[in-house]
Amino acid sequence: MSATSTSGQAGAGQSLAQALKQRSRAAAFPAQVALGLLVLLWGLGASHYTGFASLQVLLNLLIDNAYLLVLAVGMSLVILSGGIDLSVGSVLALSTMVAAWLLQVAQWPPLAVVAAVLLMGAGFGALMGGLIHGFGLQPFIVTLGGMFLARGLCYLISINSITIEDPLFVALSQTQIPVLGGFISPGALIALLLLALGIALAHWSAFGRTVYALGGNEQSALMMGLNVGRAKVLIYSCSGFCAALAGLLFAFYMLSGYGLHAQGAELDAIAAVVIGGTVLSGGYGYVAGALSGVLVLGLIQTLIAFDGSLSSWWTKIVIGALLFVFCVVQRLLSRRAAS
Amino acid sequence: MKPAQAVLELTGIHKSFPGVKALSDAGLRLYPGEVHTLMGQNGAGKSSLIKVLTGLYTPERGEIRLDGRIVRPRSTREAQALGISTVYQEVNLCPNLSVAENIFIGRHPRRWGRIDWPAMEGQAAALLADMELTLDVRAPLHSLPLSLQQMVAIARALSTQARVLILDEPTSSLDEAAVQSLFALLRRLRAQGMAILFVTHFLDQTYAISDRITVMRQGEREGEYPCSALSRLALVNKMVGAPAPEPCEDLSTERGSTAPPPAPPAASPQERGEAWLQARGLGRRGALQPLDLDLHRGEVLGLCGLLGSGRTETARLLFGADPADSGSLSVAGQRLRLRSPRDAIAAGIAFCSEDRKHEGAILALSVRENIVLALQARAGLRRVLSAAQERELAEGFVRSLGIKTASIDTPIGLLSGGNQQKALLARWLATDPALLILDEPTRGIDVRAKEEIMDHVTALSRRPDGQGMAVLFISSELPEVLRCSDQLLVLRDRRASGEYRRGSLDERSVLAVIAGTDATAPPAALHTPAALELAA
Amino acid sequence: MSGVDLTQPLRRKRVRAPAPSPAQQPWQRLRHWAGRHALLQPLAALALLLLVAGISVPGFFALELKDGHLYGSLIDILNRAAPLMLAAMGLTLVIATRGIDVSVGAVVAIAGTVAATLVLAQAPLWQALCAALGAALVCGVWNGLLVAGLGLQPIIATLILMVAGRGLAQLCADGQILTVYSPASFFVLGGGYLLGLPVALFVVAAVFIATQLLLRRTALGLFIQAVGINPVAARLAGLRTTALIFLAYVFCSLCAGLAGLMIASNIKSADANNAGLLLELDAILAVTLGGGSLAGGRFSLAGSLVGALIIQTLSYTIYSLGVPPEVNMVVKAIVVFAVCISQSTAFRSKGQP
Repeated sequence: MSATSTSGQAGAGQSLAQALKQRSRAAAFPAQVALGLLVLLWGLGASHYTGFASLQVLLNLLIDNAYLLVLAVGMSLVILSGGIDLSVGSVLALSTMVAAWLLQVAQWPPLAVVAAVLLMGAGFGALMGGLIHGFGLQPFIVTLGGMFLARGLCYLISINSITIEDPLFVALSQTQIPVLGGFISPGALIALLLLALGIALAHWSAFGRTVYALGGNEQSALMMGLNVGRAKVLIYSCSGFCAALAGLLFAFYMLSGYGLHAQGAELDAIAAVVIGGTVLSGGYGYVAGALSGVLVLGLIQTLIAFDGSLSSWWTKIVIGALLFVFCVVQRLLSRRAAS
Repeated sequence: MKPAQAVLELTGIHKSFPGVKALSDAGLRLYPGEVHTLMGQNGAGKSSLIKVLTGLYTPERGEIRLDGRIVRPRSTREAQALGISTVYQEVNLCPNLSVAENIFIGRHPRRWGRIDWPAMEGQAAALLADMELTLDVRAPLHSLPLSLQQMVAIARALSTQARVLILDEPTSSLDEAAVQSLFALLRRLRAQGMAILFVTHFLDQTYAISDRITVMRQGEREGEYPCSALSRLALVNKMVGAPAPEPCEDLSTERGSTAPPPAPPAASPQERGEAWLQARGLGRRGALQPLDLDLHRGEVLGLCGLLGSGRTETARLLFGADPADSGSLSVAGQRLRLRSPRDAIAAGIAFCSEDRKHEGAILALSVRENIVLALQARAGLRRVLSAAQERELAEGFVRSLGIKTASIDTPIGLLSGGNQQKALLARWLATDPALLILDEPTRGIDVRAKEEIMDHVTALSRRPDGQGMAVLFISSELPEVLRCSDQLLVLRDRRASGEYRRGSLDERSVLAVIAGTDATAPPAALHTPAALELAA
Repeated sequence: MSGVDLTQPLRRKRVRAPAPSPAQQPWQRLRHWAGRHALLQPLAALALLLLVAGISVPGFFALELKDGHLYGSLIDILNRAAPLMLAAMGLTLVIATRGIDVSVGAVVAIAGTVAATLVLAQAPLWQALCAALGAALVCGVWNGLLVAGLGLQPIIATLILMVAGRGLAQLCADGQILTVYSPASFFVLGGGYLLGLPVALFVVAAVFIATQLLLRRTALGLFIQAVGINPVAARLAGLRTTALIFLAYVFCSLCAGLAGLMIASNIKSADANNAGLLLELDAILAVTLGGGSLAGGRFSLAGSLVGALIIQTLSYTIYSLGVPPEVNMVVKAIVVFAVCISQSTAFRSKGQP
């Protein structure tokens, strides 16, 4: 490969395999694969089931998975920096519980509740980030502990679910915003806005570029004079913030706070990020991949539901299989690149 | 002509760690518009001095003056802000980011609060153009070959308005063409008034690019010389330590009236017979040029050369620790394919690494466990020795090698460096190898112990039944190598420079070979006084 | 050697070996109790916990013999800790090789479901048990191939099975909780008694003894520690690092499979959704409480058992005190943080560069 061009020369005599090999070296390749997969699944659904190929089905995907999209945006940042956050599902549940409790029991005004919950999520994440950087601990064990801490706190507040009856929350839960001939929920809109914010952050802010640098080579980032400690705390704080926001969206959707909410959501978020093209070891990928990943996961679930004959836990198996394929392919590609 | 004031001046720098004195009264003077090379052997203090300059180490004593002002950089960021930029051997950039971003990260140009990508890419392209490089600044760094990645690292250093550019062993992984383009760039920078500190151990390169040379030895500045006034031989002498009579005299006074007997000679060339191990064209890209090597049982082959000349690389190839790109190995007449150290050990090869902390000692395990490890690994899971036999084996080695340890169950991490090395040697001797490769086995060991070890090893190789070990002995200490070796192979700049039989070289002539002043002259010619006068 | 005094052979012997320096002697004395020294801390913690429980829970130490079976809080704790002890033993070896396995919970679910499905389909018990352990073996091979063969990070490789494993178990069980009514021999593993004590304890003891023998009598224990402490040096010393790491994951999954059988036998059903849920954290915590280092190398099988007992005693005490069991999770999380921080090098070497 010459130094003066990124894409390979499309020589006339190049075979398909060679061309594919060269394309696979481009950074955007995993993301392109995700998009391809999305189109493939969509086509599959549209061809097999009537009523599938409507805009509302796509919009429903966004409505149902708004919380997952928000989680995936936060998780993207963490994974891009080379870390992992296993606590987001539990922080989501904790957020629903705290919101429900503050609204129903403490009778706080809804906007104050929203602010408090978001602050709590950010603080929780910052605490974990501080432990990870301050003591040099591995992210997975700290966030695994955080996962249990958050769920435990959830149950400490209340074992049973607390129904939310606040008028603002109820209104947000039922509002349908008309768009392009269909409708979308405020939650989905918020999720899309956050996605845009995440993309802007990753591409246009110094913090976002530090995230990529950390994922590329943390030692180099340190030697280049980047403030690694502050970045790490911010990254996990963002993830916690996203988990809290996802919790609020979930609360809009389910109108309850419950400790059993979103069990395993962190794994779904990780799967969405990986399928969307972000490499698990960090440094490569795009925040926009969160959207394609979430849509792929949602489509799989919808396809299985439409099919009716497949039991719903096939979803877990398929997600696991996809995760496996993506991880292995990423690993093989990186091994080939290294040699 | 040199301006009166140095742009960077270090005086009286002291830095020590528990048990180790890294720098003692070290100093350096750097003027604008020059390439100043810092040279020294392993442990001389080069990298410590660089770390002091870049803020990674804080010296206990001494001062650093930049343009006459005293400065105390406490982190890499502070050093950079002061105008001291460093480019390291392992290009410390992020492979996933683009060229432009690697140059400007941390200082992105902004517009309306956001990063201005077009401006950044434009500035990067302009900077590279100044360096006479055309690169696609949007390409990810990992798509460039290492030499160009290094150029990008230099571009980053330059973009920070550096006053001093430090290049820490930048050419170790570069090929000839890349080195030439790097030097062309350095000459251009020098003409623009940049002060460049260049750290390397390649002699040819030093003489190709330097204006002045500072030699470091044992943590001190040995001296500062204009390049033109220092011959290669003199430089090597100063780095290695001139072959002074003191060490030999010390030995003889310690031992009493009897002078240390020279190691008994091996069989004469005619009686040697077939080589036990033959390497032909053995090489590895970026590490070692293809070379030929013959190792005979009952003989010690000494491998000498400066640090970085390819000695450890040769050893690792022979042991299967690194895969060879070219060449072949045969043992006792049979082709040997080495895929991993296990294959080598099974063939009867043992390797005592120079990096005992990272490649040798399993620190938390006991001395006994470390000693039996290789023997046990070769045998698999089934225990080859009973607990009592293990203790006997370990204690035997503790006695014969003089390992100072409270007991054989002490964790090896608690032993001093020298004793750890002895325990690791015991590990390999326990496997009764046919070929023992020793990489700097006596580093960090006191004088008497050095001799004991080498005598022990030599005796093992001289066993009368023809089953003596073949030994490959790598060391920076020339008197030792000369004393113990039957055959000497000199390496320079990653290639074999000459092979000599015992007795045909003395210390001064070996230094000349290492320095490369005698590339074509046959060894006999070195002994004429005229040649010596020219070389000295 | 001159001046040999034949009347004092002892002195002659001591001249040969170098005398230990004064600074090393107290250390040497401590090291003399090395085997027990490493276990001392977790045992002390357990003793303290038992004391607290004894004080706060009336009749904690009471044991009574009824129908030839021993009953009491202590027996309950031991019984309920048995699956955790198995999982912790398996995880000990994996963590010792610098790895981690978060799929143990999923493997528990898979094993229980496979066994229950076969038993309900009228297959003989031994077939069901073998199939269940076989399924666990396959899981271990899978994890081992990904980590040792492909070089995937252990957390990621085992995360895949954690996600997909439960789905597989649910598929096998068709989403139902499979209740087993017969044969009665199915319940022996988790609920039976032998010589007055639960069978589960004997199984754990058997696995412990067998593993400990394997680790100490062969060189396996030495090899695993070497690989975990310094994989580079281990490779250069000729160890088969890949095979060792692979074996660790296989062993871990087998232990998890056995634990799954025990749980299924105990609750007389296979619940693919909840069996083994959150077992991973408990097992990791047990290993670290027992003295194993998360960074690899140093490990103690007995320590992991003690760690599992500590966790179970804690849960039991909390439950008996009437405190909501969810406090359990919070306490465990805090202990995880505390143990990790205390093990971290940054904490140990404050102020060193």
